[in-house]
Formats: sequence, structure tokens, C-alpha cells
Amino acid sequence: MEKFKTLEGIAAPMPLINIDTDMLIPKQFLKTIKRTGLGENLFFEMRYDKNGNEIKDFILNREHYSKSSIIIGGANFGCGSSREHAPWALKDFGIKCIISTSFADIFFNNCFKNGILPIIVTEDIHKNLLLDADSEKTSHMEIDLESQKIIRSNGDQIDFAVDKFKKYCLINGLDDIGLTLKNSDKIIEFEKDYSDKFSWA
Amino acid sequence: MVIMSKSRTLYDKIWDDHLIHSENDTSLIYIDRHLVHEVTSPQAFEGLRDAGRKVHAPNKTIAVPDHNVATTSNRLTNFGSEEGRIQLETLDKNARDFGIHYYPVDDIRQGIVHIIGPEQGWTLPGMTIVCGDSHTATHGAFGALAHGIGTSEVEHVLATQTLIQQKSKNMKVEVSGVLGNGVTAKDITLTIIGKTGTAGGTGHVIEYCGSAIESLSMEGRMTVCNMAIEGGARAGLIAPDEKTIEYVRGRPHSPTGEKWEKAVEFWKTLYSDPDAKFEKELFLRAEDVAPVVTWGTSPEDVLPITDFVPSPESFQGNKIEAVKRSLEYMGLRPGQKLQDIEVDAVFIGSCTNGRIEDLREVEKIVKGKKIKSGIRAMVVPGSGLVKKQAEEEGIASSLKEAGFDWRLPGCSMCLAMNPDQLLPEERCAATSNRNFEGRQGRGGRTHLMSPAMAAAAAITGRLTDVRDI
Repeated sequence: MEKFKTLEGIAAPMPLINIDTDMLIPKQFLKTIKRTGLGENLFFEMRYDKNGNEIKDFILNREHYSKSSIIIGGANFGCGSSREHAPWALKDFGIKCIISTSFADIFFNNCFKNGILPIIVTEDIHKNLLLDADSEKTSHMEIDLESQKIIRSNGDQIDFAVDKFKKYCLINGLDDIGLTLKNSDKIIEFEKDYSDKFSWA
Repeated sequence: MVIMSKSRTLYDKIWDDHLIHSENDTSLIYIDRHLVHEVTSPQAFEGLRDAGRKVHAPNKTIAVPDHNVATTSNRLTNFGSEEGRIQLETLDKNARDFGIHYYPVDDIRQGIVHIIGPEQGWTLPGMTIVCGDSHTATHGAFGALAHGIGTSEVEHVLATQTLIQQKSKNMKVEVSGVLGNGVTAKDITLTIIGKTGTAGGTGHVIEYCGSAIESLSMEGRMTVCNMAIEGGARAGLIAPDEKTIEYVRGRPHSPTGEKWEKAVEFWKTLYSDPDAKFEKELFLRAEDVAPVVTWGTSPEDVLPITDFVPSPESFQGNKIEAVKRSLEYMGLRPGQKLQDIEVDAVFIGSCTNGRIEDLREVEKIVKGKKIKSGIRAMVVPGSGLVKKQAEEEGIASSLKEAGFDWRLPGCSMCLAMNPDQLLPEERCAATSNRNFEGRQGRGGRTHLMSPAMAAAAAITGRLTDVRDI
């Protein structure tokens, strides 16, 4: 996995609440057996009209925001299905960080597995960041994961919280499976005790 | 294993039994059953191959194609799309190469993964069960800790039979009293989501309890837990009781003999201690639950069928804009009577409501009647065995005579990955679980409801109070 230490980029405002995984990447694109190439279909139904032409008003179609690497999203971002195609599509498009007041659980976890940092902020901070993102002039932000800070275009620094283990994995670009397999002995030992106790399982 | 003396919830107990080790807030938990389907697994198996890894516990891993399969009789040769064919073929190859349990599309036991898990006795109380599908919550009806995972986690479980987790908080939803006429498990679960909102359960595992929950059949309990995810919860749970034990007894993969006796003895300890602590609680009177429908594009947009389409201004904050958008998408105007909304299609099926009891409910409403002319009505049984049973019970012929299209099992129009899709602006009474924009086909308009309510809508051609039929 790609390491995530700092990020500098344009933040796109998407205040709509309950942005679900069907919006992020509709089902017709789940037939792939690959992880790549989904970016062009990110937000497919909001982004393209019925004839496949770009909808000009859609935020990520506007020239400035088409290079966004951050989304300031509405509450309960990523609700719906467990499809990892959603973070795959975001990443392929170039989005590396999403800031919202809340995320759906599975989506939140899926982001970390793909080098995307989801950040939860308070409503007040969220409002300010949305205002920043709304104007092209102030839409540039910096994320410093090591010091856990969002740096606004006016220089203001905002602290954010992140789980220690998830931060460690992101910063070092670590693969979970490799880490877990370091504990193979513990798993095998557990399985022995477990199958004694729960022979029916 | 951690031995705790303090009072524990059912979730705490299952968690403790499966905890391998813990560091700070991060834990490694053991997984008893891993269910796999064709859409969220190809990249995980590819990852295993690339790293030269094996499936750690093939005997605890069960694969079935369901999301993509066609529901027409020619489905062994007609896949709807070339990509769909490749995905099904990939699952077939992976299942055989890695030696996991597998129900191919031509096996009568094939069906929606969350229907066949319980049906085949893979799902047992006290287990941890995961699947690359958010509706894994369904299995919580058995008092199993079951939840959806992403593809990276699918790969992790395949390789290690464990999952890295942060423990969730406990939430209790108690529904007491007696359900009124025409009110079903689906109405309970939708009503709860209407109250908590789609993020109300975020970060929590919900335990459903109370006399109204206990009175439900296993099928009904599965419907309730299935939609825990729509309330944002990681999982839903119902403590096992005699009904649970009777349901799992004698299933192909249920324990037998001495193991069975030992299991039953253990299952009887699976309940929340009386003074266990829940971080969040919701109480609901069964008498206050009505037959409901959704009117918007979020499962929280729920109202009793006797109500009216709300106005955006009756909401607060960011929800106002969201409601404006969803009413426009749904082609509805504030103040419109819900019962005046005409439908074009009816979909009966899905992991929420594709079990035998659901089809019996539909038959009760439509037997001897005809669906309104011009309505496209489809029944997709949840598994080959549900289909067979419904055919043996005469349900299939009643439904066919009424004008329903009787299909082969799969996820079908719930997520519309296969050719079963709504057309733009086509309006559907659906027994599935999500009414998101485009969920059942681009521009399609979904109203979620119980099987009985969907059946009533098929007869009258509009959203209908089942109590009037």
C-alpha cells in the first residue's frame, strides 16, 4: 500500500448528507475482477447524463475541482454496501482524504485499507472547511497525518483524531495481512483451545 | 481468553469468546464462518495468489454466486453480460482451486448467501460470521456476531481466519407488546430506522429484544437483523431461544449427537446479563408500529401507509436539501397521500424478504386474485430450496395464476446487477432493503415495504394499506 504522510491539494465541497456507495460507484461497475480503472465512473450518475456527457454543474466536473484530492463530504458519508469498489474508485480518481462529520462504518474501514484517510470533524469545523472548499481561492488544504493537523489556506491549523494502529499502517503503507501473520502462532494456539471448547463450531 | 466477572451483553460475550489478542483499542478476533460471493471476492483471491498464500480454513469458508446471476431459466448459458460471466467463472475457479465449500449456480442449494447460510446450518448461535456484503447482519438473528467486510478484509480472513477490529459499543432496541394486524418484522425494522436515522446505530452493535421480537419467527428475526446496517449499526443481534434451536436442529451442517448437546447447553448461556450496560437504548411499543412504506431515497424516509408525503421544510439542517432532492428524484410532491401513489412494478425477494414465510405472506394476499393489469410483478425466491418448497406448497402456482413472474434464486432487482432492473422513472413496490437513487436501475423509484404490503400494491396498482385487503 502507498504510504500516506502528508497531502496537499484541492478540496471539493459535497455537503449532501448520506452520500451512499451506490452514488459513489453504481452496481454496473462492480462486475470487474480488478481493483483499478474505476475512477472514471466515480459518482457516475451525478457526473454523466443519460447520453454519457459530463454534467457541467457537478462539482468534480468543474475544471478547478477536477483535480481535487480531498472531499469535504456530508454526514454519514459512504453509507450502504460494503463494496470496496467505492474507495477504489475514489483513489483511482485521485481522492486521498475525505473529511466529514460522520462516516458509515464499513466504508470508513475500507478507506484505510486503500491508503485513503477519512477524517471526522465537528460540525463547526466542517462548516468552515465547506466554506473554504466552496471558493476556488481558499479550496487548497494541507493534511499532515504525522502531526494530525488539517492546515487551511489561511494558515489555521485544525487538530484531528485518528486511531493509532490505523495511522501506523497508513504512514508506513503496511499490509494488514503481513502484520497479522506475524501472530500466526497465537492464531494456531487460539484455534486449539477454541476447538476443544467449541467442538461444534 | 479473557474471563470477565462483570455483567456482559450478548455482544460482549461473543466478542470475548473470539478474542485472540488485543493491543490498545485494536483487537484480533477469530472468525467461525466466512461467506463468499462473486462480486467482492475476485480481488481478494487474486491477492492470495500474488502473495502465494492459501485459504487458512477452507472448511469454514463457503462460496455461492448470487449478486450477478440471471434469474431466468436460461441462466446457465445467458449471463446478461460478458463481465458477469467472467465474474461467475472466476468464483467457480477460485472455489475449486482453494478447496472451499461451494454451491454452484446449477446446485439446488444455490441462493442468496444470507439465505443459504442459515438454511444449510452454517449459521449457528454464538459464532462470528463475516461476508463481503453489508447484509451479513442477517445472521445476527441466531445470536451470531455477523457483519459485512470489504474486499481487503475478505482477503485478510481468507489468509488468517481472523479480522482486525475495534470493539463497537452496545445498543439495545426493545420492542414490547403485540403486533397489530398486518404489521410484520419488516415494519418493525423500517420503523426503527425511521426513528434512529441511517446513522443512529453507527459504531454500535444493536441487540433487538422485547416480547414483540421474541414473538417473531426465525424468518422475521432475520428480516429485522438484516436491516441493522441500514440503521448504520455494525451488526444486529437477537439472543437465541427455543425457536432458534429448533430452526438449526437437523440442518446439513448443524452439529449432531454429543456435539449438539454440548452446543445447545452453551447456546443457552448466550444472552445479555440482566444488568449489562448498553451505551444507547431505544424502546418501542409494538402497538405503535403500523404497516409502513418509504417515500424517499434513504431507508430512514419511512412513514405509516396512512400518512402523506412530507414537505422538505418539515425537516431540519442538511436534511432539507436532501429531501428536496429525493422528492424530485421520486417524482412526488409534499402532501400527496401515500396511498394514491401508483406503482409500475413489484419486486418480491432479496435477503431481507426472500424466505418461505415471506412468500406465504404474499400468497395469503394474492391467492385467487389477479395483479392489476400493466404491472410488472416479479418473485425471486431466496434460494433453490425456498423455490422448491414454495412450489411444493402450491405458493408458486397461486402467484403465477395471479400474474407474478416466478424466477430463479438470486439477489436480482434488489441491487440490479443482473438484467432485472427498473427503467428510468419506473416506480416499484419492493421488499428489498435500499431505496437509494439508482439502486434498482438508473432513475428507478423504489418504495420499501413488507411482502404483504408489496403484494397488496400488486393487486391495486398503488401503495396500499394491507389491512384494507
